Amino acid sequence: MTAATPPSAHIIPLDGILVVTLPPLLGDSDAEHLAEQVGERLVAEQAHAVLIDMAQMRMIDSHMGRVLNVMASMIRMLGAETMVAGLRPEVAMTMVELGMDLGGIRAALSVRHGLADLRARAGRSE
Amino acid sequence: MRPAARPIRTTVPVHGEESLAAAHRTVDEAGQALGYGLVDQTKLVTAASELVRNIVLYAGSGQMEVEELSRGGQSGLRLTFTDQGPGIPDVGRAMQDGYSTGKGMGLGLPGARRLVHEFSIDSAAGSGTRVTIVLWRR
Ligand SMILES: Nc1ncnc2c1ncn2[C@@H]1O[C@H](COP(=O)(O)OP(=O)(O)OP(=O)(O)O)[C@@H](O)[C@H]1O
Ligand SMILES: [Mg+2]
Repeated sequence: MTAATPPSAHIIPLDGILVVTLPPLLGDSDAEHLAEQVGERLVAEQAHAVLIDMAQMRMIDSHMGRVLNVMASMIRMLGAETMVAGLRPEVAMTMVELGMDLGGIRAALSVRHGLADLRARAGRSE
Repeated sequence: MRPAARPIRTTVPVHGEESLAAAHRTVDEAGQALGYGLVDQTKLVTAASELVRNIVLYAGSGQMEVEELSRGGQSGLRLTFTDQGPGIPDVGRAMQDGYSTGKGMGLGLPGARRLVHEFSIDSAAGSGTRVTIVLWRR
């Protein structure tokens, strides 16, 4: 499930949307740095949204949930929007039983759906 | 992935954040050897993550034991998390959703209890903590 050093997140800018791909498991120190990295890239790229691709994530515990919620609050304060995409059903199910939610973070079935939704919304507001 | 020897019985020392990945890997391999479905597998790994993290955060070090169980034709895994840390003065309160002495969401203990079939906790101020969870294969 994990190598000795767990892989970190990948960030790719795509027409004003920052696509953040998370690995199967994010190590704690990478999780702590995630918001910082995303914040820097968001400003550098002048992105209007962050789409977090969760399709590879095998597990979201309360720590990872907190990291995501904190990051979404930061993104909101920077004037951009956060969307999570591709959450696996077993991960979503486990989060519900753990008693954790991703608060006000919008969700999409897949990155493709998420990109389409974010583009449509950006088009409407222009 | 190397197949876990049967019956599964292994101990993972917990001494810091680095131990989380080893604990995940061990529970993941044991769960796959036992043959849980995807949802149960994810629940067990997530519960273990909460309990190992509590050891790291509140006790500093300890251990996780993983053992295969069989009872009346059913098989399952028992995970025991032990530390010699400060212990929990009010276990009843610690088991409530939202109660945290740190900056957490207070979900680890009550959440882990909801994710498994059997849960027990033994702790008192000054005498460390032991949490045992069991998930049966359905
Ligand atoms: N192994 C332990 N040793 C000492 N105290 C503990 C231990 N595990 C939990 N506690 C105490 O019980 C409280 C509740 O634990 P729980 O895991 O439910 O929430 P949390 O760790 O505070 O937050 P979260 O798990 O949501 O990030 C902790 O804040 C801590 O005070
Ligand atoms: Mg906890």
